[in-house]
Amino acid sequence: MKVAVCVKQIPDPAVPGELDPSTNTLNRDDKLILDESDSFGVELALQLVEAAGGGSVTLVSMAPRSEVSGLRTALAMGADDAVLVSDDALAGTDALGTAKVLGAALGRVEPDLILAGVESSDGYTGTVPEQIAGVMGIASVTFAKKIEASDGMLSIQRQTDDGYDEVTCPMPALVSVTGGVVEPRYPSFKGIMAAKKKPVDQVGIADLGIDASAVGFAGSRQETVAVVDAEAREAGEIVIDEGEGFQRIADFLAELKVI
Amino acid sequence: MLEHLVGITDLAQLDGFEELDIDTVEGLLDEAGRFCAEQLEPLNRSGDTQPARVEGNTVVIADGFSEAYSMFVENGWNGIAFDPAYGGGGLPWTLGVTVQEMVHSANMSFALCPLLTQGSVDMLMHHASEEQKETYLHKLVSGEWTGTMNLTEPNAGSDVGALAAKAVPAGDGTYRITGNKIFITFGEHEMAENIIHLVLARTPDAPVGTKGISCFIVPKFLVNADGSLGERNDVSVVSTEHKVGIHASPTCVMSFGDEGGATGYLIGDENQGMRYMFTMMNNARLSVGIQGLAVAESAMQLAAGYARERKQGRPIGADAGAAIVEHADVRRMLMTMRSHVEAMRGLMYLNAEAMDRSTNGTGDEAAAAASRAALLTPLSKGWGTDSGVEVTSIGIQVHGGMGYIEETGAPQYWRDSRILPIYEGTNGIQALDLVFRKLPLDGGNAMRSLLDDMSSVARSTDGGPLTDLGIALDAAIGDVETVATWMAGAAPNDVAAGATPYLALTGTAAAGWVHVMSAVAAQRLLDDGAGDTDFLSDKIASARFYCGQFLPRTASMVAACTAGADPLYAVAAERF
Ligand SMILES: Cc1cc2nc3c(=O)[nH]c(=O)nc-3n(C[C@H](O)[C@H](O)[C@H](O)COP(=O)(O)OP(=O)(O)OC[C@H]3O[C@@H](n4cnc5c(N)ncnc54)[C@H](O)[C@@H]3O)c2cc1C
Ligand SMILES: Cc1cc2nc3c(=O)[nH]c(=O)nc-3n(C[C@H](O)[C@H](O)[C@H](O)COP(=O)(O)OP(=O)(O)OC[C@H]3O[C@@H](n4cnc5c(N)ncnc54)[C@H](O)[C@@H]3O)c2cc1C
Repeated sequence: MKVAVCVKQIPDPAVPGELDPSTNTLNRDDKLILDESDSFGVELALQLVEAAGGGSVTLVSMAPRSEVSGLRTALAMGADDAVLVSDDALAGTDALGTAKVLGAALGRVEPDLILAGVESSDGYTGTVPEQIAGVMGIASVTFAKKIEASDGMLSIQRQTDDGYDEVTCPMPALVSVTGGVVEPRYPSFKGIMAAKKKPVDQVGIADLGIDASAVGFAGSRQETVAVVDAEAREAGEIVIDEGEGFQRIADFLAELKVI
Repeated sequence: MLEHLVGITDLAQLDGFEELDIDTVEGLLDEAGRFCAEQLEPLNRSGDTQPARVEGNTVVIADGFSEAYSMFVENGWNGIAFDPAYGGGGLPWTLGVTVQEMVHSANMSFALCPLLTQGSVDMLMHHASEEQKETYLHKLVSGEWTGTMNLTEPNAGSDVGALAAKAVPAGDGTYRITGNKIFITFGEHEMAENIIHLVLARTPDAPVGTKGISCFIVPKFLVNADGSLGERNDVSVVSTEHKVGIHASPTCVMSFGDEGGATGYLIGDENQGMRYMFTMMNNARLSVGIQGLAVAESAMQLAAGYARERKQGRPIGADAGAAIVEHADVRRMLMTMRSHVEAMRGLMYLNAEAMDRSTNGTGDEAAAAASRAALLTPLSKGWGTDSGVEVTSIGIQVHGGMGYIEETGAPQYWRDSRILPIYEGTNGIQALDLVFRKLPLDGGNAMRSLLDDMSSVARSTDGGPLTDLGIALDAAIGDVETVATWMAGAAPNDVAAGATPYLALTGTAAAGWVHVMSAVAAQRLLDDGAGDTDFLSDKIASARFYCGQFLPRTASMVAACTAGADPLYAVAAERF
């Protein structure tokens, strides 16, 4: 079974991020790491291939400056190889542009199944996976928490507010994986050493037959019009319990419509 | 530090380390660090409140430790610097200690288990027969089995030669071991399927003292010819100690031969045990130094975080409501912690690098590196762990009253670190090692060459923006030399009397050397416009602080080093 996983490489969330004021895009000059949201997809892909008794896991990523740090992490977890799309013309690409690029790269891989995160941790539009499926003309299933594959069919548990749906769909398909549904393995020492030697196929947009005008700031139909600071957190209200504290807290929660 | 101070990638030129490049180093440190932070650190406090205890014939270890240990082993962290022939990663020791540091920073009690395994692996690698290596090393390297070191007995601590455990030939090539050992770290537990005890004991006609000690392999479960586990050996845990710190690490009283004698397999030849111990001692002692560094680092991170949050008093010149980090005295504490931790790290990584060059280099260079490693080891262990205790103590002080409260975690670092100047040769013994073994090493050339290196580092600052650091280092080098010259002509007990002050003096001077080297490297990068400016200028600030405020202390230590024994014996023993 051949599984491809879309993995986004993002600025380390532990380091305070900065926006470039001229473009309102995130400053990505430092090393980029594997988005935790995508580590679940990598784990599921590895498990699916193990369960199928063979196959391969290919990573697909679009990132600036030939960044491979995040890919190395996923390769160290056990993925077999990677395709990296990196091209100066891609700066400023929006979600649809990203989907076109990734779709073209995935087309070359010809996987039975494509996994992606439901949403990335930095951009989190949560739209790229479905757009990739649209671009590629294949089925898309969202919010998966469990995936099984047999005889060319996928059975998927799809998380909902009340529980989960059971969905079946033919392969190839694109499935987005809900964060936290599996425990991603740690890269082992041997995995890290082996990852150095695993192939990363780096391609530019020309290799994918994509025109520069379709991507980057030029091709972007999504625009960040303004950036405002999040409201500063105000000091909380302190409820002093004089016997009826529970009631005031219950009222407060009711007011917020959380109960 | 690894890249610009130690030059770790230069090690790639040595035989066996070809795979090393800076990306690999970073990748390993990142992932090892994440594993330590996510899996081991969360068990540090909880382990502290669940001391290891005997139950039936085993020891129960704190919740979560066993699972974490399995993960540690599965992920292959145990064997990264061991011989690939036995499944190890073959990385330089220099990189091994950096990972070890993180494991200890996260959870020193946990990290002691692999540390003792490391001692066993080193011993077997150097001195065991091929058959013994095949039988034991694969699983010890992977960590599926753990190791212990059984030296200490009630009447044999610093003086290992006084030990009394017996080993009698059984006639079939094996020995029957009887006796009691105390303070045996991870002597019993069920985190791994087998424990390989290395036991020092005496054969029937052994000469007295250290010349009559032999070293034996005593597996908890005997190993069958096909590698499977056989019957349980006649060795058992009697009790565990109630300790100041490292509560989750079992410190066991072990009994060998309650039922006639534990089966032991001789390593190498009879009566060579002490000589064999010396080959693993440098590694083990450096690792204990690394423990001091590791716990100090954690204490510093905790204290710095607290100092930035806690508001108290109005720091002079600061706005009302500023945190205590703005008080000059709190800054003094944080800078003291930082400059010590950085110096410890540099010194210990250089010590490890010298070890790598001695084992994987060739010819004269390898020999010189071996001497350098031998000379730096008592500094790493002795000065490093004394500094570790000092730094963790300051960590408490930064917290004020909360520092005395267990909840903050600050006291645990201090309690945990307090063992470090004691085991693996007390720091008193380290000091004696420095003055009686290492000063005369290679006819004094080992020390000579270190001082020459230190001087050329000092020289390299001449006329530049770091001249003040170089001048301070020069003065300290002079103090190291003055005392060395005095000691060369002094009576033995006068030298012994000055040993501990001299360890402190030499350690301080070596720390200054590390700082100046690091400042020079940082300045070069700044001049080239390369690297993170804040990081680099902080390095220089830390170096300048240490060289300005700690290096000058060496001058005042000379008197204590050269006072001789008389002042110490002026009060009769019974009048204490
Ligand atoms: C030069 C350059 C500059 C960029 N600058 C920015 C920037 O400033 N801000 C920003 O958010 N992004 C940037 N990107 C990345 C790209 O434009 C975003 O990936 C895209 O906008 C997707 O948005 P999202 O994060 O909302 O995706 P979502 O739809 O939230 O992501 C869902 C899932 O889709 C997949 N996915 C999304 N993006 C990628 C990707 N790039 N590679 C592989 N899988 C992916 C992952 O599986 C992810 O979990 C840049 C890329 C390049 C090449
Ligand atoms: C938590 C813990 C774990 C341990 N783990 C192990 C282990 O796994 N295996 C093992 O074999 N042992 C272990 N030990 C034992 C440890 O190595 C010894 O305690 C240590 O070597 C000191 O020996 P001692 O306790 O007999 O002290 P002593 O030797 O009695 O020392 C008492 C004091 O006298 C000083 N002194 C002794 N001799 C001299 C001398 N010649 N010159 C100057 N001063 C001297 C010492 O420096 C010290 O200050 C452990 C101990 C502890 C507490």
